[in-house]
Amino acid sequence: MNGSLTDGPLPKKILSPHLIVIWLFLLSLPLWLLAIGGYYSIVTQVLILGLAAMALNYLLGFTGVLSFGHAAYFGLGAYGCGLTIKFIAASTPLGILVGVMVGTIAGALIGALIVRLRGVYFAMVTIAFSQVFYFIAFRWNSVTGGDDGLGGFERRPIDLFGFTIDIQHNQMLFYYFVLLLVALGVGAMGLLLRSPLGRAQLAIRENERRARFLGLNIERHIWIAWVISCGFTSLAGALYALLDNFADPRLLYWTFSGDLVIMTVLGGMRSFWGPMLGAALFVILRDTVSSHTENWMSFIGLFFVLVVLFFPRGVLGMLQRRKGG
Amino acid sequence: MTQLILFNLFNGLVIGAFYALMALGLSLILNLSGVINFSHGGFLTLGGYLAFTLAPWIGFWGALLVAPLLTAALGCLIEPLLIRRLYGRDPLYSLLLTFGLAFIFEDGIRTIWGPQGLPLTVPPILAQPLSHTLFFLTGYRVFMVAIVAAVVAGLFLVLRYTKLGLRIRAGTFDLETVSVLGVNIRVLRLMNFGLGIYLAGLAGVLAAGMLGLLPTLGGSLIMPSFVAIIVGGLGSLPGTLIGGLLIGTASGLVTVFLPSASEAVIYVIMGVVLLVRPRGLLGEEGRL
Amino acid sequence: MTNSKFWMPSRRTVLKAGLAAGALPFGAPYISTALGEDTVKIGYVDPLTGVYAALAKNEVEGAKLAVEEINAKGGITGRQVELLVEDSANDAGTGVQKANKLIDGSHINVLFGDVNSSIALALAQTANQKGVLHIVPGGHTDAVTGKSCHWSTFRVCNTTRMETNAVGKAVADQYGKKWFFLTADYAFGHTLQEGMEASLKEVGGTVAGTALAPLGTTDFSAYLIQAQAAQPDAIIVLNAGGDTVNSLKQIVQFGIDKQIHVAGAQQELEVLLALPPEARIGTWVFEWYWKQAGVAGVDDFVAKVRKRTNAAPTARTWFGYTCAYTYALIANQEKTLDAVKLAHALEGFTLPPEVAMQPNKAYFRAEDHQLMTSLYVGKAKPDGGPSGDDLFDVANVVAGDKAAPPASETGCKLTWPS
Repeated sequence: MNGSLTDGPLPKKILSPHLIVIWLFLLSLPLWLLAIGGYYSIVTQVLILGLAAMALNYLLGFTGVLSFGHAAYFGLGAYGCGLTIKFIAASTPLGILVGVMVGTIAGALIGALIVRLRGVYFAMVTIAFSQVFYFIAFRWNSVTGGDDGLGGFERRPIDLFGFTIDIQHNQMLFYYFVLLLVALGVGAMGLLLRSPLGRAQLAIRENERRARFLGLNIERHIWIAWVISCGFTSLAGALYALLDNFADPRLLYWTFSGDLVIMTVLGGMRSFWGPMLGAALFVILRDTVSSHTENWMSFIGLFFVLVVLFFPRGVLGMLQRRKGG
Repeated sequence: MTQLILFNLFNGLVIGAFYALMALGLSLILNLSGVINFSHGGFLTLGGYLAFTLAPWIGFWGALLVAPLLTAALGCLIEPLLIRRLYGRDPLYSLLLTFGLAFIFEDGIRTIWGPQGLPLTVPPILAQPLSHTLFFLTGYRVFMVAIVAAVVAGLFLVLRYTKLGLRIRAGTFDLETVSVLGVNIRVLRLMNFGLGIYLAGLAGVLAAGMLGLLPTLGGSLIMPSFVAIIVGGLGSLPGTLIGGLLIGTASGLVTVFLPSASEAVIYVIMGVVLLVRPRGLLGEEGRL
Repeated sequence: MTNSKFWMPSRRTVLKAGLAAGALPFGAPYISTALGEDTVKIGYVDPLTGVYAALAKNEVEGAKLAVEEINAKGGITGRQVELLVEDSANDAGTGVQKANKLIDGSHINVLFGDVNSSIALALAQTANQKGVLHIVPGGHTDAVTGKSCHWSTFRVCNTTRMETNAVGKAVADQYGKKWFFLTADYAFGHTLQEGMEASLKEVGGTVAGTALAPLGTTDFSAYLIQAQAAQPDAIIVLNAGGDTVNSLKQIVQFGIDKQIHVAGAQQELEVLLALPPEARIGTWVFEWYWKQAGVAGVDDFVAKVRKRTNAAPTARTWFGYTCAYTYALIANQEKTLDAVKLAHALEGFTLPPEVAMQPNKAYFRAEDHQLMTSLYVGKAKPDGGPSGDDLFDVANVVAGDKAAPPASETGCKLTWPS
């Protein structure tokens, strides 16, 4: 095993050559992005949704548990952040903190309730919760703005050691800010997966019964993986609210959870970076194709069909197979 | 008040019957082939649109007969082309592929028939209420319940007394053994898929009579179908039927007291059922 | 894959084909004509896919027609105009992203959109944050020119309060003063009901009951059962799009219209076209109608649109048309594309009759940037006449500024950049 990123399931070395290429690419993006006719909002969005998809995959690809209701924690993160900045204090770090806390706590409570379900039943019950949150966000319109969405707030510049990092007006700075937080999130997830905790999760994914016989407390490990996953999803949600300066109930609807699952499967569930690639494909392809034709849905649909038919483990999974021979 | 509740209960049953029809087709496909057919709504919508196009030529009744058959025929073309490759794989891939299909359906329908909503005219005898007090029981709604009842009876008869039905039931239980016993699995799955899609097309024609015909019609109806299946329990067709009736009725009842929650209550019921009985009402042990 | 009877290309072939198809250029919206850099760019974000697709399509058609005419007459400030259309897919996140794409990537000079009220609000905020002029063609939530108004945002279509003020009294006079409300449970429905209740109160009427139906309800029987039990003079249907189609269909199927009058506020030709003839009933408000005898410019416009689309223009077509002309006229008048200057100039700006196409004066009110445009009160009719789309009988036309509440009541407080 030479430790490349497509080796699976995780990169063995932190500073493998592929990883360095990826980070160089992401760090240098602002230099050449505008020259090729791109714009910041979309690459920042790819990072944020990629983080959410990777958080989902922490559960799906590495613990073997499918959630179809992760929109709930994304949305809670977004609303938590937005409501904080709008009503409590105009501070970006506080907004992010509250968003993450709300999403994580909700995840912890809900997880405790549902952890004994399995398979498709688990997936469906996660939908139930996210639909209830959707209902609340929609109806409580005095606070959340209802279906008009939550507007009227803006991400605030950050004051650090006397310097002001103007992420409010400078989109490039905001991109780097998001990149930093996503890097921390991804790094944390990678470290966790490498730890004994992570190995336990992989064991559960491979064969739950055997893991139980080995003495692992299945429910507790699934719950821990669930909470971690919800936590990083809500971080992504908070960042999303900051990106658009807007949050709306659709972020809590099951179709958004479906988008996250699609991104994960598209890129490859069994690889660490697959979901990020899936997010990039999903977002950029849709954005580009929809600018060229009204019939973008047919092209994207066809793309999904072709990926499933020709890339049995997602796009990155294909690369993995290739390397393995 | 009791009258209001009774009326809504009855009405909920009617709507529940419709949900059950959609969910049964989905359930058939899921049980035998392990495929999560996200494009079921697309087939439903297509059925409705085909009925709209055929109706001027062969009337509503003709369209009711022919449109589901045409839809099922398309299903039988798609199955060997696309669905067959999904068997044996992680169901998530069937989700992604059928999701893509659903996109293609919606866009294709919008391109062919346009985004403007279209009216399907229902024959006048059906469009009248049955009585003055029970005004909300139009002939059409009773007709819908009758169709669903006929379908359920038909399905029961097919599954119980025909060779195909026997094989489907056995296959749902243990497909490998059925194959070893010499049954052509490919044909079995094809027929099962076709049957499921037929039900979707039929539901589409019925829906078009009651609701506005839009390219996005199927998308709005797919999630309640999944909920019906889960509430009733995977692998159980009677469970799916009960699940559909249950969520329709509950939705109708809740509308009396808290209308805004009438969509959310479907999910609350599913959540409660799953927390109390993790495999659904009639779900089989060990079936995931 | 090996046992398949059908030919399937190998994975390698598919990959090669995909790469050969080429990396699509990053951001070139599809309506961009090869006019090069020195054009005036109008960005239009609208839900071309999703439940509002029919409305969005008509709006964009109107804008396209206007841009063609404007270019034929010399363009804006001597330059040709490009209309860049993007699909918001009825999702606020996508809408904002497309707006960012248009503003940052394509450098548009003005933004139009969206049909969906929440997206309209999100676009208004984004445009305001970037200092771009924004005109809302058909997003109705009152907040756009009310409590969420911005110096950079203007709106063409009516507010819900204007609609209810126009039709409320007529309904009470014609049908009676005991009303039951069937309202879509979101901001649009709520504000419509507030407005209708206010009109009802003025004539001393009573509310027999309210049924709040969730957005996207397909089966209204439960609510109609309640309505029937309340025995009102009129059932006031306050929803839009598919919800209106379903509720009217079911009202007629249940025979409720035989005992109770049906009325509402906003109605659109697209909805009436989607209904079976027997369900085209009720008293409503249209925001613009294509059959207006004696009003200058209407027949020409109708003829042009019929030639292009085989259908009559709807209010939506007129919204898109008016937005484009508003921008062109004001920019040519002021000889600048500067957003702040144009915004100041638009306050009080009156549309010329060949654009307004209505019997009253249409102008943008200075205090809230709302177009004071007429409201057409009338009745739906089942038979569309020879063209099939004459489905509305206009009874009277109310001037916008007569129907609109005073600006002080809208909650709009404009602040300008220093």
